[in-house]
Amino acid sequence: MAVAAERAPGAAVDENLLVVRDLVKHFPIRKGLLQREVARVHAVDGISFDVRRGETFGLVGESGCGKSTTARLVTRLLTPTSGQVVYDGQDISTWPERKIRPLRRDVQMIFQDPYASLNPRRSIGTIIGEPLRLLGIGDRNERRTRVREVMERVGLNPEHFNRYPHEFSGGQRQRIGIARAIVLRPKLIVADEPVSALDVSIQAQVLNLLQELRDEMGLTLVFIAHDLSVVRHMCDRIAVMYLGKIVELASGDRLYDQPRHPYTGALLSAVPAPKASAGRGRRRVVLQGDVPSPVAPPPACRFHTRCWKAQPICSEVEPPLESKGPGDEAACHFPLSDGEVDALTERAEVGQS
Amino acid sequence: MGAYIVRRTLWAILLLLVVSFLTFVIFNVFPSADPAALRAGRNATPALIEQIRRNLGLDKPFYTQYWIYLKGLLEHFNLGYSYYNTESVKSEIFSRLPATISVTVGGFVAWMLIGIPVGIISAIKPRSLLDRIMMGGSLVAISAPVYFLGLVSLFLFAQGTGVLQWAGAAGSYVPITQNPGTWFNSLILAWLTLAAAFAAFYARMTRGNLIEVMHEDYIRTARAKGLRESVVITKHGLRAALTPIVTMAGMDIGLLLGGAILTEIVFNIPGIGRYAYDAIVNADLPAIQGTVLFGAFFIVFANLVVDILYAFLDPRVTYG
Amino acid sequence: MALLEIEDLHVSFKTVDGVVHAVEGVSLSLDARKTLGIVGESGSGKSVTAQTILGLTRFPNATISGRILFDGHDLLTMSTEHLRDVRGARIAMIFQDPLSSLHPFFKVGHQIVEAIRAHEDVPRDLARKRTIEALRSVGIPSPDERFTSFPHEMSGGMRQRVMIAMALALRPDILIADEPTTALDVTVQAQVLELIQALRDDFGTAVILITHDLGVVAQMADDVAVMYAGRVLEQSSRETLFTEPEHPYTWGLLQSIPRLDAPRTGRLNPIAGSPPSLINVPRGCTFHPRCPYAPPPAFETEPALAPSQPGHLVRCHLPIEERKRLWQSLQKEHPVLR
Repeated sequence: MAVAAERAPGAAVDENLLVVRDLVKHFPIRKGLLQREVARVHAVDGISFDVRRGETFGLVGESGCGKSTTARLVTRLLTPTSGQVVYDGQDISTWPERKIRPLRRDVQMIFQDPYASLNPRRSIGTIIGEPLRLLGIGDRNERRTRVREVMERVGLNPEHFNRYPHEFSGGQRQRIGIARAIVLRPKLIVADEPVSALDVSIQAQVLNLLQELRDEMGLTLVFIAHDLSVVRHMCDRIAVMYLGKIVELASGDRLYDQPRHPYTGALLSAVPAPKASAGRGRRRVVLQGDVPSPVAPPPACRFHTRCWKAQPICSEVEPPLESKGPGDEAACHFPLSDGEVDALTERAEVGQS
Repeated sequence: MGAYIVRRTLWAILLLLVVSFLTFVIFNVFPSADPAALRAGRNATPALIEQIRRNLGLDKPFYTQYWIYLKGLLEHFNLGYSYYNTESVKSEIFSRLPATISVTVGGFVAWMLIGIPVGIISAIKPRSLLDRIMMGGSLVAISAPVYFLGLVSLFLFAQGTGVLQWAGAAGSYVPITQNPGTWFNSLILAWLTLAAAFAAFYARMTRGNLIEVMHEDYIRTARAKGLRESVVITKHGLRAALTPIVTMAGMDIGLLLGGAILTEIVFNIPGIGRYAYDAIVNADLPAIQGTVLFGAFFIVFANLVVDILYAFLDPRVTYG
Repeated sequence: MALLEIEDLHVSFKTVDGVVHAVEGVSLSLDARKTLGIVGESGSGKSVTAQTILGLTRFPNATISGRILFDGHDLLTMSTEHLRDVRGARIAMIFQDPLSSLHPFFKVGHQIVEAIRAHEDVPRDLARKRTIEALRSVGIPSPDERFTSFPHEMSGGMRQRVMIAMALALRPDILIADEPTTALDVTVQAQVLELIQALRDDFGTAVILITHDLGVVAQMADDVAVMYAGRVLEQSSRETLFTEPEHPYTWGLLQSIPRLDAPRTGRLNPIAGSPPSLINVPRGCTFHPRCPYAPPPAFETEPALAPSQPGHLVRCHLPIEERKRLWQSLQKEHPVLR
């Protein structure tokens, strides 16, 4: 229960809108005559984190780390193999769909691909108004008014509610997706890579919009992305995932200034900065090879096969996710020192502290 | 892969059992006629009909009849005896199999030889005049029913009755072992008639697939590597475009082996399709049962072969 | 003498919705052993420009004009037959998505062998040896085993390495890399970029790198061209682009990216509006509808690409002094831009 250290003593449990404990999701691989399970994809393998009310919590990692699966587990689009998902004090981990349905008013999702996540046969007015219709809120006129309100709020022309998705650009479609997510005034929004498919100039617009909506509506946001700079910009606290586990969990600033887990350090060093001194010389590439398969993750510390600091203990004992500094937890036997961090990210050279 | 085949085979057997049962039930609920009455012929007395009924075992409850049938099928591979002429259904079907195979294989060769090149040419020059003519023509060929095309071709080309006496008349079929020349002559019109609709369909599919494939990224890479355009189209393009078509052809062959009924009737070819038609007319349940079962078997088998073939053609496909 | 010279390139496509003006009057040059970065968002024309170099846009509905000079010949007027000799052997290209860019039905080794034998009369076993060497040189472990792998059996990073191996197998003079790392994870991206850098330095290959990521450009390029709506808006050395950019679009791009190396800001400064339609291109300066500083002439006439300093070309109506001043004040507001 590592994150308990974060809360002020005496604070009520209610402070957390979402609590995840030892969450596991395995996907079976079946082969053979009787379709016996021969292996499993360990998509999410025991993660725990809390999301406070009003907080923007980030989940970052590369492909196959389990962040998208986590998003779907938290919104109960998937059922966990084991572990708990506690929303607003209620354990919804094993609730059947009909029991979860009313909750969908409070918990919404925004998806990555603005081209695939909108039904091409529906007008955008219908798409945005559908949640209202499904939950039986208001009559037709009230719904239409609300839809137009929301369209205007996200920067779409309310007169366009009869148009179809293909008539809009990628950025606009993502706004449609956002409109649909906020039309019910949810408490929690899980955004799974909401800007990854957008052009840079549009990304900034959509990120600003999300921030504005979050502040206006007091939303709690779980923000998932592979782009570290975007996650840092948006989030208060961030969890770094690797092969189904959380390897580091820290506040935004801390994670980027003083990461403790070597994987986090490697991620940061791999991002090229858009400035002249980015170095004509080659940047240090610290991570070789590819991510191992989630079907057969390495034993103990999953990162040890690619970690330049690995020692024998790393393949024998799994390091627990525990505090390595104020507001920073990492799962590592040999966390990075400040000096190592500077060397990795060349900060010493550029004169940044 | 082996486990997959075993699993599929088991399902196939189950499916065939269900098919045979359904046919039985349908025939008993909606018989096309009373087989005993037909057998008895004209001037039949009720007593005679009753007698024939008993002989054929039609007086027993239908589930008993089915059970007897099933036992015979599973123990001796006995498909029963025709109500119409007491011949063994199995031997009747097997004796007609070569004719049906001749029709199917010949038709297949014809439609592939016509359809695929037409499709390729149309795809290489989309929206050209040639393309439009070919696609328009194929639409006509698909729309014209087999019996219409068949009769028209007989009218135009058949010896004896036709305007131009080029090909064999209807009913002139002889097995290939007997006289290859006559055999070929008797089937050529049937092949072309059968091929017309199929060739058109395959031409359109080939065209569509190839056009789509030519827009794929790996085609762009092939060109960027400096490969000759002909190699790009054939080796890279066609290989990908034709894979689904080859597998579709497998299924169509399976379908036709069960009896190209209309073609065989129009051209009076003594195949399984013709036999099935006669069986229906004569309310000959064992014969109907036998042809249905055969047809189902070929389709199920063809499906399995096609799925396995696909795994060999497309390396991305694997079966657990 | 430049190795590759693109002069006044125009490419447009007739579609059902109208004529798409993908590339309008683009002129670029690439020197031997140098890396030219072309930066732009979707619809900027960067990919079409690159593909036109190798004649990959010669569709029936395409209208192409201008000149692309390479080794004394104009690639645009070359027959496809002659162009074949250039493709892969003198100028090679790698694309964004290696999964869809490699043929799914053929083993990767075979696809590289094919590339080699398309240009050199080399017996199969020798080509195979060279292929295995090429796979080894791009860092693929157990290359002799990987020779018989299919693309879908490899990870994204490995596939892109295969494409690089295939492109460089014949030691071309120029490598065109069209968004080579966009589809890859960030750690893999770093590996692939490092690989391209290493091979470029070892073989002396000139590189045209197309990307939307200014960070990648900052790491890899010698010279940079910023494209928008089919036109080059700014062109300069890498150093200049990041220290003294003079086009409002470039400023906009630099400001709208969240940065790891700067304190978190409250809001980003996005460029207002969205990229224009390439069918109905805005009158005047194509960027003016989104430009916070557009002066009156920008609404009517398109500015020409003119030098602000030697080697620094800018397509903007704002006077040079004005641009420098605006950039200074932007830098004051946002220290990260220094």
